[in-house]
Amino acid sequence: MIEATQTAISHPEVAKITSPSGVELFRKELQSRLDPNAPLIIVCCGTGCQAAGSAEVVDKFKQMLSGTDWNGKVIPLVKPTGCHGFCSRGPLVIIEPQDLFYQQVTVDDVEEIVNKTILNNEVIKKLQYKPANSKEVIPKASDIPYYAKQTRLVLKNIGKVDPTEINDSIVRGSYSALASVLTRMSPQQVIDEVANSKLRGRGGAGFPTGLKWESCARQEGTRYVICNADEGDPGAFMDRSLLEGDPHSVLEGMAICAYAVGSNRGYMYVRAEYPLAVKTLHTAIDQAEALGLLGENIMGTGFDFKVTISTGAGAFICGESSALMASLEGKVGRPRPKYIRSVEKGFRDSPSNLNNVETYANIPDIITNGGEWYRSFGTERSSGTKVFALTGNVYNIGLVEVPMGISLMEIVFGIGGGIPNKRALKGVQTGGPSGGCIPIPHKIPDINVGYGKLAEAGSIMGSGGMIVMDEDTCMIEVSRYFVNFLVEESCGQCTPCREGLIRMREILNRITQGEGREGDVELLTEIGNFTNNFSLCGLGTSAANPVLSTIRYFREEYDAHIRDKKCPSGVCKPLFHYDIDAETCTGCGLCKIKCPVKAITGEKKKTHVIEQALCIKCMECYKNCKFRSVKIM
Amino acid sequence: MSGTACACQEIECVEIEIDYSLLDKIIRDDYGGNREAMIMMMQAIQRLYRFLPEDAVKYLSQVIEVPLTKIYEVATFYASFSLEPKGKYILSVCTGTACHLRGSGGMVEHISKRMGIAPGKTTSDLKLTLETVNCVGACAVAPVVVIDEKYYPKANIATLNDFMDRLNAE
Repeated sequence: MIEATQTAISHPEVAKITSPSGVELFRKELQSRLDPNAPLIIVCCGTGCQAAGSAEVVDKFKQMLSGTDWNGKVIPLVKPTGCHGFCSRGPLVIIEPQDLFYQQVTVDDVEEIVNKTILNNEVIKKLQYKPANSKEVIPKASDIPYYAKQTRLVLKNIGKVDPTEINDSIVRGSYSALASVLTRMSPQQVIDEVANSKLRGRGGAGFPTGLKWESCARQEGTRYVICNADEGDPGAFMDRSLLEGDPHSVLEGMAICAYAVGSNRGYMYVRAEYPLAVKTLHTAIDQAEALGLLGENIMGTGFDFKVTISTGAGAFICGESSALMASLEGKVGRPRPKYIRSVEKGFRDSPSNLNNVETYANIPDIITNGGEWYRSFGTERSSGTKVFALTGNVYNIGLVEVPMGISLMEIVFGIGGGIPNKRALKGVQTGGPSGGCIPIPHKIPDINVGYGKLAEAGSIMGSGGMIVMDEDTCMIEVSRYFVNFLVEESCGQCTPCREGLIRMREILNRITQGEGREGDVELLTEIGNFTNNFSLCGLGTSAANPVLSTIRYFREEYDAHIRDKKCPSGVCKPLFHYDIDAETCTGCGLCKIKCPVKAITGEKKKTHVIEQALCIKCMECYKNCKFRSVKIM
Repeated sequence: MSGTACACQEIECVEIEIDYSLLDKIIRDDYGGNREAMIMMMQAIQRLYRFLPEDAVKYLSQVIEVPLTKIYEVATFYASFSLEPKGKYILSVCTGTACHLRGSGGMVEHISKRMGIAPGKTTSDLKLTLETVNCVGACAVAPVVVIDEKYYPKANIATLNDFMDRLNAE
């Protein structure tokens, strides 16, 4: 029985699907062959888990399974999937049908899993998940707070389907929304449904998607549907996970858009730094075309939609719509003024509808369940859910999908598990280099995450980067980091952005080097406001946000750097030194062992001392002291 | 038909054999000589030689009839193109925000000092190119170092020293 299933899933027997109803028939056929109680070993193969060695784990499982005597038992299937999102615990392995969750699995654990769990139904305690500050293990994936507190709509298939196998996606409903669009909806009805959902662009700016489609559909001539997968924000990896884990949702969303706006040509602009996403997409498009779900004469309805993949070449600015379209034409990616919008004249001077990966991935569910259903999630002005890449100084690092309007504190503490190493939370940075830092919980107690609320707080929604910063983070240094990033990535054609950024970097470099002057903050504010007000494109008009928002909320840190020549967080090396507190030091000697330059001396059980001339301020003693006796002075 | 190109930089002279039939395959067969695909063609050429040799770029300019200055503009605008030969090994340090907060800046400094090359540059014996990358999206295991497409999670100075010791012993 299970043998048959495996063959059916990996080698489709059907030729082409020639009618929209054929999708449903094919899905039922595939479903009837599936045994819900069949053993299954799911291994997360997202980039985070792969970096931690999950590909080797998959190989070892396959090797073990073929070398084991099954004695008539059903051989389990090993399924590599996209990113499950719980990256800090990777590599992750889930055993079905028990929904048993194993974390931080290494190649050496595979043999034990097969022998104990698979063959004898025995649970391996040491691989189970225990939340921070808890002694109780949580055996099932679905009970882990990190997952249980999320609302997974866009991410629902990720971690469940094998992204390299289209049948696996079809079983879970892929392309049924496209089938119903092609049978029972006019293009205008599709646009109305999307408008009714109040879905807003997930790339960051939050433009209403229905409105954009409507204006593109009104244009004459050849129209293009473009997907922006040039995810360049450092610390953000939502789009990559979608492309690598569930490419068919994105492709289906694009096809539905093409039908609505009257296009038959699609382009996917992917960052070249995401080789796995590019490979997965190629496979997905090939398989969908072979089944007649994309390409020419889709499902026998006469509707054509061909998607081409184009790779970026390492320019952050190409995430801006007009720059992206220039790059698609093989030119340098310089934005142009937008008095004519790209829905009128975009790629090849033709009407072009550009949306972000996550936006398209939301479409199939909106069609299937209706715009009103979608609006039941989120808030009045920000409907639906949003995927965030939660990173930085937080226990649970990874992807989280939450309804709009959720409290930021809930994301950091409820889902993220709080701040490690007994440190205090200082703020959360959203929106990447164009965003700002929200000073929860001290200066703003909490904030509900939505387009409007984040803008009021001086930040932006952005594409979904969310970086948690603890008390050891220097806000001046963080601003300097983002400004430096933007100096490198500014295209340089308009003066406010090009010159403004360089001047801001100069000033921030001086401040972090201990050469700040009275008046620097005022000058930064003036240059920042000018850059934000007079630059040409979205990069420039938000470029000063990291600086302006830290000045607004962390002015005292600027003053400490400039007036007292001190970095209170202990980051800017010329502006602090470490000292050991004689009162609390127990003389355990750990700092002495950890110090790479032998700058610490002291006898056992007596106060240790740092030789300042030798110290390179590498943080090792500070990080490792169990009694917090190493102080920043 | 083949020729040699000399990519004399501050480093020793490198002679590169250009196989024009391979270039034809990329430019004409894979992309149909379509100018819009120029960036993809340049990426494919760079995959062949690990950089963009001058003669290959000149040939591309002739075939697709795009002025050399335009190609130069594209090659210098996008961060992933290099007009200089790359080392045998490419070491990229991720300097995304999560990696930055966990000390990737210090690692770049350390390699720079020890190997005597600035980020983006190659050692004179063409063994190692040091690069920085904005974000590889593996923030959970920050800081990340990528050596020849293999990820090294939670890297530190010791990981880098191991690699450089092995390199110097080669």
